[in-house]
Amino acid sequence: MAKFKKSNKGELPTISTGSLPDIVFIILLFFMVTTSMRQTEHMVMVSLPAASEIAKLERKDLSSYVYVGTPLPKYQGKYGTDSRIQLNDSFRTVDEIRDFVAAERENLSEQDRPFMTISIKADRDTRMGIITDIKQELRRCNALKILYGANATD
Amino acid sequence: MADIAFIALIFFLMVTTMDQEKGLPRRLPPMPDENIKLENEKVNRRNIVIVKINVNDRVFAGDEPIDVSQLKDKIVEFLTNPNNDPNLPEKTVKDIEGYGPYPVSKGVISLQNDRGTTYSKYIAVQNELVKAINEIRDDFSVANYGKKYAQLDDDKQKIVRKCIPQQISEAEPKDTKLKK
Repeated sequence: MAKFKKSNKGELPTISTGSLPDIVFIILLFFMVTTSMRQTEHMVMVSLPAASEIAKLERKDLSSYVYVGTPLPKYQGKYGTDSRIQLNDSFRTVDEIRDFVAAERENLSEQDRPFMTISIKADRDTRMGIITDIKQELRRCNALKILYGANATD
Repeated sequence: MADIAFIALIFFLMVTTMDQEKGLPRRLPPMPDENIKLENEKVNRRNIVIVKINVNDRVFAGDEPIDVSQLKDKIVEFLTNPNNDPNLPEKTVKDIEGYGPYPVSKGVISLQNDRGTTYSKYIAVQNELVKAINEIRDDFSVANYGKKYAQLDDDKQKIVRKCIPQQISEAEPKDTKLKK
């Protein structure tokens, strides 16, 4: 009987915090592994249109990005406020998409090349004229898989 | 040590974005070869519906103006053609592997837009078209397999895709040059 009384003092034993650093390290490792730093800096303002029937892309590494939108205020002095195309880190014209696609294709391994997807991230107020030009150019360089970037509607 | 780990952890927590690539996937038609004469495969008039978005973002299906919210039902009716209306697309019975003969609709949706159409409207219309096709696929899946399309396994999804193809043609632009 005495034994029971002793262990039942009424206070809960404190949880050992000795293993906390280990847990933190594991979470840290997880985030370090999953994080991919954003490679390109946005130079155009893009607020994606909303859509309800969106699909997710399984392989992010196969996609190349084409940004279309109005240049950010700090670039407007130089480039104006008309919609521009951004490839990698600079403003480009429609004709330069060909080289961009060729370079991106070169970066992929042989068996991944047919699955290359061009992700078009265009601002919702962009006019379709420029998008049509991009699409025509993509067709010309045989990059037929595209994705119209959109956000989920809730 | 634990403090440094904490700080590093908080840093990674802040900079990590878990966003996935989301959007409407499409396959562009290949560029027609200029040397090969385009045999105008005359798509029968009844098999095609032209969805047009004009410069003022007004949507037309066929020749009548239509609201985006009604577009889905119109497309579903067009593609399923429940009463075998002679003005709606014909169906050809195809032997689908793993399923058997199924009358596949020959309907094609042709999407046309103006250079001045806004992108958001274009996406909204694309979204409605996909929604219509998804609805038909879901109905078909539930009727045959008792589950929605998204919950089926890959083989069955393939069968459904063959029975109800997604035939959206993003029309050859009439005039791709900028008007000066």
